[in-house]
Amino acid sequence: MKEIRNFSIIAHIDHGKSTLSDRMIQATDIVSDRNFQDQILDNMDIERERGITIKSQTVCLPYKANNGKQYHLNLIDTPGHVDFTYEVSRALASCEGALLLIDASQGVEAQTLANLFLALEHDLEIIPVINKIDLPSADIERVKKQIEDDLGLDSKSAILASAKEGIGIAEVMEAVIEKLPPPQADPDAPLKALIFDSHYDPFRGTIVHFRVIDGRIKAGDQIRFMSNNATYKVEEVGLFQIVRNPSKEITAGQVGYLIAGIKTVSDTRCGDTITLDAKPCSVPMSGFKEAKPVVFASIYPIAADDYSELTVALEKLKLNDASLIYEKDTSVALGFGFRCGFLGLLHLEVVQERLEREFDQSIILTVPSVQYKIILNDGSEHIVDNPALYPDPTTIEQSLEPFIKASIIVPDKYMGAVMKLCLERRGINKNYQYLTSSRIEMIFEIPLSEVIYDFYDKLKTVTQGYGSFDYEIIDYRISKLVKLDILINGERVDALSQLVHEDRAQQRGRIACERLKDEIPRQMFKIAIQGAVGGKIISRSTVNPFRKDVTAKCYGGDISRKRKLLEKQKKGKKRMKMVGKVMLPQSAFLAVLKTDSES
Amino acid sequence: MQETGSNLGIYVHIPFCESKCRYCDFYSITDKGLISNYLSALQTEIDLMARPDLKSDTLYIGGGTPSLLHYKQIGQIVDQITMAFNLDVTTEMTLEVNPGTSTVRDLQDYAAFGFNRINIGIQSFNDDYLGFLGRQHNAKQSIVAIEAAVSAGFNNIGLDLIYGLPNQSQKDWKQDLLTAIKLAPKHLSCYMLTYEPHTPLGIDHEAGRVVPLSDIRIADMFRMTHDILGTAGYEHYEISNFSRGSRWRSRHNQKYWNLSPYVGLGPSAHSCSLPRRWWNHRDLSSYMDALKSGHLPICEDEHLNQEQQLIEGLYLGLRQTDGIDLKSFQERYQIDFQLYFSRALDQYFAENWMSIDEKNCRLTVEGMLFLDRIIDELVELID
Ligand SMILES: Nc1nc2c(ncn2[C@@H]2O[C@H](COP(=O)(O)OP(=O)(O)O)[C@@H](O)[C@H]2O)c(=O)[nH]1
Ligand code: SF4
Repeated sequence: MKEIRNFSIIAHIDHGKSTLSDRMIQATDIVSDRNFQDQILDNMDIERERGITIKSQTVCLPYKANNGKQYHLNLIDTPGHVDFTYEVSRALASCEGALLLIDASQGVEAQTLANLFLALEHDLEIIPVINKIDLPSADIERVKKQIEDDLGLDSKSAILASAKEGIGIAEVMEAVIEKLPPPQADPDAPLKALIFDSHYDPFRGTIVHFRVIDGRIKAGDQIRFMSNNATYKVEEVGLFQIVRNPSKEITAGQVGYLIAGIKTVSDTRCGDTITLDAKPCSVPMSGFKEAKPVVFASIYPIAADDYSELTVALEKLKLNDASLIYEKDTSVALGFGFRCGFLGLLHLEVVQERLEREFDQSIILTVPSVQYKIILNDGSEHIVDNPALYPDPTTIEQSLEPFIKASIIVPDKYMGAVMKLCLERRGINKNYQYLTSSRIEMIFEIPLSEVIYDFYDKLKTVTQGYGSFDYEIIDYRISKLVKLDILINGERVDALSQLVHEDRAQQRGRIACERLKDEIPRQMFKIAIQGAVGGKIISRSTVNPFRKDVTAKCYGGDISRKRKLLEKQKKGKKRMKMVGKVMLPQSAFLAVLKTDSES
Repeated sequence: MQETGSNLGIYVHIPFCESKCRYCDFYSITDKGLISNYLSALQTEIDLMARPDLKSDTLYIGGGTPSLLHYKQIGQIVDQITMAFNLDVTTEMTLEVNPGTSTVRDLQDYAAFGFNRINIGIQSFNDDYLGFLGRQHNAKQSIVAIEAAVSAGFNNIGLDLIYGLPNQSQKDWKQDLLTAIKLAPKHLSCYMLTYEPHTPLGIDHEAGRVVPLSDIRIADMFRMTHDILGTAGYEHYEISNFSRGSRWRSRHNQKYWNLSPYVGLGPSAHSCSLPRRWWNHRDLSSYMDALKSGHLPICEDEHLNQEQQLIEGLYLGLRQTDGIDLKSFQERYQIDFQLYFSRALDQYFAENWMSIDEKNCRLTVEGMLFLDRIIDELVELID
């Protein structure tokens, strides 16, 4: 066990985490350079484009150190966004240490901080690594000062590296051995293993990623998940070495995978504890939480015929995404679809993009909503997250909406900007405290509905990327809730309805009408767009009819150009929804979705 | 649809201009130093494409600004074409010229080379609008150019005009039309201004720096054009084209609209021999590189399937006032036009957008204003 090291890399996007991971993998010869794919750890398109990692890709590196001894280095990858704070915390709970990677030309940035604090909460040993020292713009002294002043860490131990040029990699490997402690565990105690991730393999079912805290686990063991007492017989255990490498057993301190005929990843829960059915451990790991969806929206296929295809796509997606929940939904305007729950808005976007890209689905998404509590005159309480199920307002006694406690960490010069943003979002400032001489943590209580749209983007804008944000749901509070409807030529389009705070209705209605006006193609007749609360019209816009619709120009002998355009439009029409006589393109639904950003 | 038969049309693209007009998205460059290299590449392309076996009844040298070339260079191109293709005295030979680029002497030489038709890029008789469009000439030069063509002996002269400019009034446009009529060209092309992406004007439009004239005003100008030119004896034979009777229509342009075969030479030029369409690189150096290594400078080559051909047939047929010839439509596409599209047609007849007799189905002037929408709907009905 003394030869095991479990660690993560904490870094802001683009500071070089993937590149460093690749270098470390190469330094251990488990793959030859020739068949080494670039940035193996970061293998999903969407994540790469957005610079975030959602599914952890863990790797166990056999490494022969300068002292001649053979080590197992487990590099545990972590996702990097607030929606996934819990997943990150579980991954960090499986480590003894972390590399804190900082770009020498950019310096310490916001995203690094939240995860660093998480790491410190878990008492991890931290090794600062200053990367990209090859850049002419590298300012090592400034970064060292930030490490001291802003992070309160000792900068003398920082390793200077260039992942790109391969500089400092050997030092990093040795520091992992020298500075990070080996796991402290009892191999002879009853099995206690922490699930920090899982993924789905079409041939083998769910692959559970875990860290053995105490005891040992091998094929043939009858195991039990302590959160729900489900039991399984282990078919295979092994180590992640780019490919899965089966082994006889996984012992205390080690990180590995298991396969046990588990059908979907939803049957496993991140943070759950695995033990032996016959000889269970006394207490599970602390900190386990059920991942609860907080944002809800409906997904409809653009063409009604594609409903069954969408069903299959969601089923497949769910295999790999335990946090996604959904049930059947119907809309007058859009037909059959699904009501889905997500961990946050980013999670929603990831699901949407995966459906479109991996599964080639054309979908319409409705305005996301939180879960409201509605108390009716008869005293009964109802949870409502779908505008379609919002009761008749005259029967409502009281509405409540979920509030979060938001912790925002920023350099103190952005305090005013953050205050303004949070107050605009109906936030209440509860507290603030200086973490260092120039860095401040601000605590707000804000309605969840106010942060699910674009709050994080706005925060990043007003703090020039230096704001970090974390939240937890605290309670439900009385709210003035109304349902905002959109009418097109007098016809209510249910899929465009949204539940909003009364004070917000006017603004949302106005922006929605403006956006829709730009998205709905002109027709031969005038199209009236109205926002309404109850029977009252609160906003309106008009799409003027065509007075002409002709391309008089002809492009010489280039006939293909116009033909291709016609073919494209024909395809595009399949992606439109008819509401009465009006054609609504997919973009119209998206436009309303984004209504929170100012127009 | 009117058949111009299986005779070949030849187009030669001269990709050079004095400077770029602000609305223009034709392929042309302003580096005249490349002209002679281009002409030798063109010679190679002409040799590779030679079809002395097919009769060619139109030759159109356009651009760009062909009149930027030295008259001898134009003569050379004509010689090369004459050697490679089968032209005769009945061939319609058009040269495009811009005001301010050709003298009477030049024009006389063009006539001697065999050109029997001159098309002049006037665009507007109003200097303010010419400035807005980024044209190099003024109205006075336009008049001089037209008179020069007449005195060089050209009988078949065509003028290009643009309307629907920002802030342009009905009166302004009417004035242009009347000026044109007074000059008595045989042919007039009147285009609505379009804001093409990536052109300076298109960019200004997108950025909101230029506010286009409203559709209502443009539609009124279209109607007025039809009426004024009609009264003056011009036949409206295609959305944007008018001629003094059908014998002065542009035989060459009709090849584009009637699906007849044509060969385009030079960068960005398009060729057609159904079911095939192909076009050259829209870039002089790729064009020249290909030819230097002995290849045709083809950028893309498509083989149209039945549906694609049908889409084109609809779109091109309805652009013309002769409309769709029901019998040849049936023969070409195995479709009874009236039956196949009946779901949409009734509405068009009711709106008076379309008229039909035993032979043809055509758009009315009102219908032409909605051509894109009509085609869109018809195309949607194809399955
Ligand atoms: N100059 C330089 N560039 C680097 C270095 N390490 C990474 N990069 C580049 O920085 C960018 C982001 O790196 P990546 O590893 O994808 O960052 P991640 O988002 O943290 O995983 C890529 O373009 C890398 O090539 C380095 O040491 N020097
Ligand atoms: S002269 Fe003709 S081809 Fe040349 S830039 Fe102007 S419009 Fe374009």
